[in-house]
Amino acid sequence: MRIVDRRLNPGGKSFSNRQRFLRRVRETVARAVREASRERAIEDLENAQEITVPADGAREPVFRQTPGERRDFVLPGNRDYVEGDLIDRPMGADGEGGGEPGRGHGREDAFRFVLTREEFLSIFLDDLELPDFAKRGLVDTQKLGSRRAGYSMSGAPANLSLGRTMQMSLARRIAMGRPRQHTVERLEEEFAGAEGNEAAELLDEVLRARTRRMRIPFLDPVDLRYRRFERFPKPVAQAVMFCLMDVSGSMTEHMKDLAKRFFMLLHVFLTRRYQRVEIVFIRHTDEAQEVDEETFFRSTETGGTIVSSALVEMDRIVSDRYDPASWNIYGAQASDGDNMMSDNDRTRALLQDRILPLCQYFAYLEVANPAEGHPLSHVGGSSLWNAYAPLAATARNFQMRRVSRRDHIYPVFRELFRRRERDGAEEAP
Amino acid sequence: MSALLFEGRDWSFETLQKIYDVVESVAKEELGLDTFPNQIEVITAEQMLDAYSSTGMPQLYRHWSFGKRFAQFEGVYRAGLQGLAYEIVINADPCICYVMEENSATMQALVIAHAAFGHNHFFKNNYQFRQWTDPTGILDYLAYAKKYIASCEERYGEAEVERLLDAAHALAPQGVDRYPRKRPMSLVDEEKRDRARKEESERLYDDLWRTVPRSGEAARKAIDHQRALLRLPQENILYFLEKTAPKLQAWQREALRIVRLVAQYFYPQQQTKVMNEGCATYCHYRIINRLHETGRIGDGSFLEFLQSHTNAIRQPTAHDPYYNGINPYALGFDMMCDIARIVREPTEEDRQWFPEIAGRGDEMAVLKDVWANYRDDSFIAQFLSPRLMRKWRLFHIVDETDAPKLRVAAIHNERGYQDLRRSLASDYEVGRHTPDIQVVDVDLAGSRRLVLHHRVFSGRLLDVVDATLVLRHLTRLWGYEVVLQEIDATTNEVLKAHMASPEP
Repeated sequence: MRIVDRRLNPGGKSFSNRQRFLRRVRETVARAVREASRERAIEDLENAQEITVPADGAREPVFRQTPGERRDFVLPGNRDYVEGDLIDRPMGADGEGGGEPGRGHGREDAFRFVLTREEFLSIFLDDLELPDFAKRGLVDTQKLGSRRAGYSMSGAPANLSLGRTMQMSLARRIAMGRPRQHTVERLEEEFAGAEGNEAAELLDEVLRARTRRMRIPFLDPVDLRYRRFERFPKPVAQAVMFCLMDVSGSMTEHMKDLAKRFFMLLHVFLTRRYQRVEIVFIRHTDEAQEVDEETFFRSTETGGTIVSSALVEMDRIVSDRYDPASWNIYGAQASDGDNMMSDNDRTRALLQDRILPLCQYFAYLEVANPAEGHPLSHVGGSSLWNAYAPLAATARNFQMRRVSRRDHIYPVFRELFRRRERDGAEEAP
Repeated sequence: MSALLFEGRDWSFETLQKIYDVVESVAKEELGLDTFPNQIEVITAEQMLDAYSSTGMPQLYRHWSFGKRFAQFEGVYRAGLQGLAYEIVINADPCICYVMEENSATMQALVIAHAAFGHNHFFKNNYQFRQWTDPTGILDYLAYAKKYIASCEERYGEAEVERLLDAAHALAPQGVDRYPRKRPMSLVDEEKRDRARKEESERLYDDLWRTVPRSGEAARKAIDHQRALLRLPQENILYFLEKTAPKLQAWQREALRIVRLVAQYFYPQQQTKVMNEGCATYCHYRIINRLHETGRIGDGSFLEFLQSHTNAIRQPTAHDPYYNGINPYALGFDMMCDIARIVREPTEEDRQWFPEIAGRGDEMAVLKDVWANYRDDSFIAQFLSPRLMRKWRLFHIVDETDAPKLRVAAIHNERGYQDLRRSLASDYEVGRHTPDIQVVDVDLAGSRRLVLHHRVFSGRLLDVVDATLVLRHLTRLWGYEVVLQEIDATTNEVLKAHMASPEP
């Protein structure tokens, strides 16, 4: 008998089977994920998710017999029946409640299983990316890569290159004429069999060969070669996302909720998908203010509305901290569309002349009350919507959408950030 | 000699070894069990889930359905609806028992007695296993299968292999031989022979033979000859496809064979569920009781054992909302104990019903003979005693579609015993639960249409949705049209026909 401890064996033996299964039911899982994301709080998105997959998505058919005209059951626990008794059929479609002995294979039910956070988010954020993620530069010198660069005479023992060292040693031994072991042995044999003068000569030769072997070592410190690595700066694409949110008094609780949901999705998307994206949060009433994440999502404030203030703030921050030559700059703005009439022209001009040329992409999301019609067919429009509308038609990197219901946030978000075919598409870092 | 083997619930590898040695001495010396050598493997809960989902085998080729099973088990386990099994045992030589690290010392003793001796003895001695399985070759074969399927995936693409395995899995219940093969051959030898055959046929292949013209009579003769070569009718559909499907490539045939052989390997287990568990439960009950009597385990441990044991053999009655069929552990254990009772202290009734074994005095000899030579249906038909039927208060209900009410056909009384025994035994006939489907004809002269018959007993037609899906898989393998006719077994009348054509 042997006892084997298998606990330390690598786990995850089923991993590749699970991958295959997920791929198989990808369609259904994606639908379920999207439905789940409608109702759940966005914070929950970061946690593991339970997903229900209908059995059809993963059906394994085999030939099965239907029950037929006569079914027999042998059951334990008779109370007071005697032979020949007639019993009413129990309620429920299946006749005898679960009475099929042992092996009644019913139709498979839909079953639930838990997706890991990675799996959930990967499906949730499938096909999304920052558009036009193009600028790459050697800006951040701390990001160093390491690559092989030949051999060196010194180095850490761990980097000793045995092959190269032995090659050097062999070359040196040949060049210096180190007699080989079997040469010496052959000479010694000849000496043993020789006599007289010849013997003396041979002895001499043997001795010389031996000394030479002693003097020229098999391995000399000069033979040692180490693998060399060099550090080099890695080009890194950097991006910054500006989140501009209107928190003025005209925004109802519902609208703020929509806007926050939108930015939370954006936040999840950016932090999960991109390693190096900075996020700048700006909120504004009649004046704009850069805030931290916590304040942006949690605190409440009210006041008038001057949208241009936020754009001015964004412009200022860009010129302070983010050189457009090396940063990919993105903007996302959410507002109810109310703005002071006098500010509209200024806002549009700012966006058109200052912001859009800086940006790779700018998205405007207008939030509305649920009563205000279908989100995607908005006509008439708020003052800001009307001000931006001409831009949307002309500017390549500007998109605007309108949302009035919670469950439309995710589709609109997907639409704004779905993967687009373009020339010279580049991979995200 | 009578020191406690362990105290408390913690165990170490030395404890495990000590437990094993003591259990072994009881099993070998007192019960006289005859087992394969054992290999005990300690695993974690996650590894147990892994093992579950690949049908208990330590390594199996990759397929999404195993991932699905894993997700299901994991969901149920995480939700706390169901604990994991304490052990899994693999019918191999050496016999591999997985035990979980979470088990308490008592549980480890129970598991070793149950799996490493009870199941192990059954695997080694039952005629079904001896006939159908090759415990020395199975692990090597599975390793080979896994590697082979992986190399196919590399060469032909995962999607292609997945389609093939899906189809093969759909037909796997129809991929087992139900009657003994001519001569037993180890899986390794068989594999070698097949390879040699393939090489030979490649060597002899000459395209010119095909061009030799044939006249009508000769051609018909050739067709008859070909039909004879097909050895119809054939109930092992996967075997038939592997050998004759015209469009399959060599690697596809090999993959079908792998699925077929794995299905065949599990065939005896389906037929001996009650007996196998009954044997293992009876053995662990005897062994642990003996350990307690000799003072090797404490009273606390013994109570813990009794609790798990009682849970395992719990049988709710039919009126209980938790009733979910007959528990094979319960039925198996009760029948084994009952047989032991008949052998030792028979009543007058037992002498009448079981003249061969009543009062023979040596219950282990009788039980070992039973374990070796029966399977579930024959075992119940032979050994379910009137006393046990009364104890279980068994009754037989008939549900006929056109009758307004259910009818009680038999209860546990003098008139009912035979009926109960027969009906319960027939529930365990594997043949009754797998539809009888055979390949009966191939249109060799023209369309190459494949004809199958399903023999229908008492109106049990095939489920239409599933049948359609399986037929679609079947046409994919066969490559041409497939017809499945459902034929009443008594009247030979065609009740229904399903058809499927290959996708263009």
